[in-house]
Amino acid sequence: MTEHQPWRRILFLSLFVSFFFYSASVYTSGTALTGVPNASESAYRGQALYRENNCTACHQIYGLGGYMGPDLTNIVIDMEKGPEYAAMFIEEGTDRMPNFDLNSEQVADLVAYLEYAGAAGAYNPQKGRMTWYGTVEYERD
Amino acid sequence: MEQSNTNAINIDRRSGLNFIILGLMALGACVLMGVLGAFKYIYPDSLGGLEFHKLRPVHVSLAVAWIFLAAIGGIYHYLPNYKNLMITWPRAIKLHFWIFVITGIAILTAFSMGIFGGREYWAYPPALSAPIFATWILFGFNILFTLKKEKNPWPVYYWMWMTGIIFFLITFSEAHLYLIPFFSENIIRETTIQWKSYGALVGSWNMLVYGTGMFVMERISGNKELAHSTSAFLLYTLSFIALMVGWAHHVYAVDSATWIRMLAYTVSMAELAMLAKIIWDWRTSLTPEQKHAHLQSYRFIFAADIWVFLNLILAILISIPAFNLFSHGTHITVAHAMGTTIGINTMILMGSVFLITEEVAGLNFKGWAKSCANYGHWITNISLIVFLGSLMVAGSMEAFTEWEDFYEKSDAVLPLLTLFAFSGIGLLVGLWMVVVSAIRLLTLDTTNQAEPLKAAAE
Repeated sequence: MTEHQPWRRILFLSLFVSFFFYSASVYTSGTALTGVPNASESAYRGQALYRENNCTACHQIYGLGGYMGPDLTNIVIDMEKGPEYAAMFIEEGTDRMPNFDLNSEQVADLVAYLEYAGAAGAYNPQKGRMTWYGTVEYERD
Repeated sequence: MEQSNTNAINIDRRSGLNFIILGLMALGACVLMGVLGAFKYIYPDSLGGLEFHKLRPVHVSLAVAWIFLAAIGGIYHYLPNYKNLMITWPRAIKLHFWIFVITGIAILTAFSMGIFGGREYWAYPPALSAPIFATWILFGFNILFTLKKEKNPWPVYYWMWMTGIIFFLITFSEAHLYLIPFFSENIIRETTIQWKSYGALVGSWNMLVYGTGMFVMERISGNKELAHSTSAFLLYTLSFIALMVGWAHHVYAVDSATWIRMLAYTVSMAELAMLAKIIWDWRTSLTPEQKHAHLQSYRFIFAADIWVFLNLILAILISIPAFNLFSHGTHITVAHAMGTTIGINTMILMGSVFLITEEVAGLNFKGWAKSCANYGHWITNISLIVFLGSLMVAGSMEAFTEWEDFYEKSDAVLPLLTLFAFSGIGLLVGLWMVVVSAIRLLTLDTTNQAEPLKAAAE
């Protein structure tokens, strides 16, 4: 057990380098938006407000976040709900959600952020077509 | 079996133990916050001014703190005490510890004041990431230069520890890319990278935890070949690949490129299968005397093995895109996260804590503290079965039933989540018994502790 085994270093270095190439692909082509503009200034401010009030503790966007409240990815673009519905909850709060005392401009920014989130994709897209080997094909593919 | 060589120890023997004791306190507080959070979830009007959006980040941050503190404390303790490797910069350990404590207090203060960074794992204001990053640089260089003194080929746990440290630094940086507009102004990129960084974060702590588990198994069995075996390095390789791509089963529904999702599907949960095999083989190779010499530590590693098998089944299921389509974002995902965090990581780390506790306390490992640890272990594991079972059933109802809206769904699963909250009290009691026992024994007067350490090792 005293001989040195260079293959262990080679293994580490090859996986390490692969990680950087993989990450670069994810950062660029893997996550490029198609047909949707980047966030507007209002949506960008709304995103910051979403973080500052720790909305993620209770709500999910694309399945990321807490379970106290509903997933918000498509709440604003939902035909049965829409921006007014979202704004009402943000302004008033509920028995499960505190009123964060946001002013009307901040409420509009948050709604703009949720509108942008919804425009970027559908969550949860349960209308995918399942294959016999367990994968799902979506229309976007 | 290797003995500690007091001449080779150039640090206060308690340096590693201080991290472990702080980690145990973090675990105790974490479970308490979790139970309070669960009751706030079920009865929103209860607990007065304690708000869920403040309780949850405290709970999550303390869970992360427990895992890292227990793993870091183990490494600081094992290298000088059992591997005869002098820590290169002994004073850096104290600096590391106090930066961690002060930053931890600052984070808890920020949460209590309602100041957040609003991220899933790193919910504190991002400025507080700077001292955390600095401590990991300090820790990384200290351990790297310490390990460079090793003349023999590195056992797998050295590779795992160093990889865990390096990838913590990478993934921690990656988790802050949202501060750059290129990443945050594209929500698909922002969400995908957030999942990616958290997946790699879990991968990095798995490296630290699995490395610790391999060390504990080597120590109990006295079989040094175990950490040099092909199986051990296969586990390392699989864990490394899982660290890179395993996160992607969380983003099947995000509109990222197809190859990202398919690669995650292709990389199965072979990592967990290999870990289960290694622990199983190790268990069957032990003599009754070896088991008895470190009985409490052995019990926790054995429990981890059972939980590995159970979590493996769940992990494979949720990695199948057709199943994931329904299960993701339900309480099945919570069961997956908590099952691995408590069932696998906490059990392995408790195996490490009690390996040290049994050797530090030596003949003092008896009486109420020993019974407390034993009963606590059983209460924790039995409660965990009910805890995860209720989450699984609630998640399955959410996933496979058509609901009018979120509120109808929430009302339907409320009885199951009530059961989940009450089983959380069982977890609280069990883990507190284990924590109290370990802290009591680790804080014994250790001025003459070299003797019990030697006695246990022999």
